Amino acid sequence: MFEPGARLRGAGGSVMPDDTSPTPKLDELEKGPWPSFVKELKRAAGANAMAEQLLGVLELSYEDRVGHWKHGGVVGVRGYGAGVIGRYSDVPEQFPEVAQFHTMRVNHPAGWFYTTDALRTICDIWEKHGSGLTNLHGATGDIILLGTKTESLEPAFADLTANGFDLGGSGSVVRTPSCCVGPARCEWACFDTLAFTYDITQHFQDELHRPSLPYKFKIKASGCANDCVAAIPRADLSVIGTWRGPIGIDQAQVRAYAEGGMDVGADVCDRCPSTCMAWDGETLAIDNSTCAKCMHCINAMPKALRPGPERGACILIGGKAPIVSGAMLSSVLVPFMKFEPPFTELKDLIGRILEVWGDAGKNRERVGEFIQRVGLGNFLEAIGVEPLPEMVRHPRENPYVFYEEYFEEEPK
Amino acid sequence: MAETAQRKTDIGPPHYGQFLPPVIKANYGTWKYHEIPRPGVLVHVGESGDRLYTVRAGSPRLLSVQTIREICDLADRYCGGYLRFTSRHNIEFLLTDPANIDPLIADLAAAGFPVGGIGNALSNIVHTQGWIHCHSAATDASGIVKALMDELIGHFTSTDLPGKLRIALACCVNMCGAVHCSDIAILGIHRRPPKVNHERLPKVCEVPTVIASCPTAAINPVRKDGKETVEVAEDLCMYCGNCYTVCPAMPLNDPLNDGVSIWVGGKVSNARTEPTFSKLAIPFLPNNPPRWPEVVEAVTKLVDVWAAHAKPYERMGEWIERIGWPRFFRLTGIPFTKQHIDDYRHAETTFRRSVHIKG
Repeated sequence: MFEPGARLRGAGGSVMPDDTSPTPKLDELEKGPWPSFVKELKRAAGANAMAEQLLGVLELSYEDRVGHWKHGGVVGVRGYGAGVIGRYSDVPEQFPEVAQFHTMRVNHPAGWFYTTDALRTICDIWEKHGSGLTNLHGATGDIILLGTKTESLEPAFADLTANGFDLGGSGSVVRTPSCCVGPARCEWACFDTLAFTYDITQHFQDELHRPSLPYKFKIKASGCANDCVAAIPRADLSVIGTWRGPIGIDQAQVRAYAEGGMDVGADVCDRCPSTCMAWDGETLAIDNSTCAKCMHCINAMPKALRPGPERGACILIGGKAPIVSGAMLSSVLVPFMKFEPPFTELKDLIGRILEVWGDAGKNRERVGEFIQRVGLGNFLEAIGVEPLPEMVRHPRENPYVFYEEYFEEEPK
Repeated sequence: MAETAQRKTDIGPPHYGQFLPPVIKANYGTWKYHEIPRPGVLVHVGESGDRLYTVRAGSPRLLSVQTIREICDLADRYCGGYLRFTSRHNIEFLLTDPANIDPLIADLAAAGFPVGGIGNALSNIVHTQGWIHCHSAATDASGIVKALMDELIGHFTSTDLPGKLRIALACCVNMCGAVHCSDIAILGIHRRPPKVNHERLPKVCEVPTVIASCPTAAINPVRKDGKETVEVAEDLCMYCGNCYTVCPAMPLNDPLNDGVSIWVGGKVSNARTEPTFSKLAIPFLPNNPPRWPEVVEAVTKLVDVWAAHAKPYERMGEWIERIGWPRFFRLTGIPFTKQHIDDYRHAETTFRRSVHIKG
């Protein structure tokens, strides 16, 4: 059994020999070549009582094969209803230091770029106010500061804001938007993902910090169809960079790839989902009128090919994980939008979506599930978007068509 | 009060511009192409001719402030104090002097950080909190990821795979992260209905909210000892845990029946084929901490079989689509069971409605 207060690491030479280690199961995960989270827990435990007892709770879970955390409770910083995940131990007598072990979600800088000064500041704040443990980063993108007590939330928040950081989203809010590396380091970015993410995050600060929606609303932006932030599978509103016009070709570079050993016919042309490419050993031909803009050929030959000249974004809606009624992928809402600061057209569109879904959505019903319930056609009408063939794989197959309008005989 | 007047709120995140290194500021939006000179290293070349070298290192995601400071020391030494993180928990060091690449990689190795995850390789495993911090976890996350990456690290540090390999782990069906569209998804599952605590439920939960939370209408109101509570029609329950999230008096954690399922063939990217959900490969493997040997063995087998049979660029799902699911089950030796056949919404769309059956 883990004894609170047992030294696991640190000065004083009191590191326990292996046969009396309080965490024999976790110790197994210090072995092996991949970086060990147990080593991280122990490093933090050397300087922090909460981290030390977290080790004990986790060892207990490894013993009895269930988690020992309870969710819930209204806990947070003044004036916000989001950004803090309340967490309590179900074995508080055994591990009093982590009886409360709340997480703070801190809104990350777009693209996850940092200076070491900024990261050290976060470290200092969390060493002072929390467990000294973090996730870089959480699934939504936030800096996760793992584990603190209720009384420390407000002081930690004060230090964060004094240093230019704010909390991210949690619960039924617009969640912290996130994006790929974009034009900062990628030649394929069809719009400025970082500028958009910063702008939209600032625009929705109130909706991000104060729950007013039926459920969560995630916004993610990828600069091209490779979708490095998985916007289509997991964002309610997915922004994917795309283009119009012909793919740029440098024929000399295509030949260089072929001479370097690439099988341009088999690995590029035959893998094109639109079969719109042909290679005769000298020249690569692309029928841009049937190109699906999937990115494969450009991925394969980045020195030879590049996205076409007129760049913008495709807007998709409704992606989500299974809870509640099944997983969904986002589907097309706007096939192509010119996409430049201040992004007014999309901000207005999102505003109308939040209004319609916010009014008529049920508790814990994501916007994708709401669209399933009311019908995409009705949803489009409510948010003022015209139906387009790009939105569907094909027109409906079933003949049960609803009509609100019908003809009546004129009275004689 | 002065304290109230000074309190800052709704300032949002810091502007990313202050964190971009000079070479990125100078070439923002004008990168021309990139190459992968060696595993774990990218070079981006700007229209200006400038070169930016990226060294990508794997991380356990769970990091102590002490280790973050060490990572910062390396970024100070080699990158002018700039670094970034990826959407898959990797650390990226941004260099302008190629002479710094080898010393940085050597220092990373000494500190225990492998370099890789770029190109036709396994990137880091996206994962959730598990038993470290989650109330609804059906398994641990960090432990399985550590045990599995110890086994598969060779595919992270090299580019020896046919295509990209994206593995993700979620410790319950809430699925924080894009687990459901991965080449291999590891998903914690419950297999028994929640156990209603009738003492506690009337005190801490709203009965109508609990009833409304169930996607299969399995929860009904009932009176026990004069108090309003609920009962669960167990044959309708699919163990999603949504009721537990809205009502802590309905726990469904179960050491004997909780465990792990394995899903294959999903992908996020639009490259070649459309974004696709992962499909069920192995319905259940037991929770066997600390190193989950059954899960490690099963996933390693899937990676090995795919790597041995796939053509260049073929992701797991594209390979399976080409050879057909019957052959996938034969090659992997995984038994096909009734759990593999969908019985939820739109199940009939997953039935084979032709005689197009591949060998």
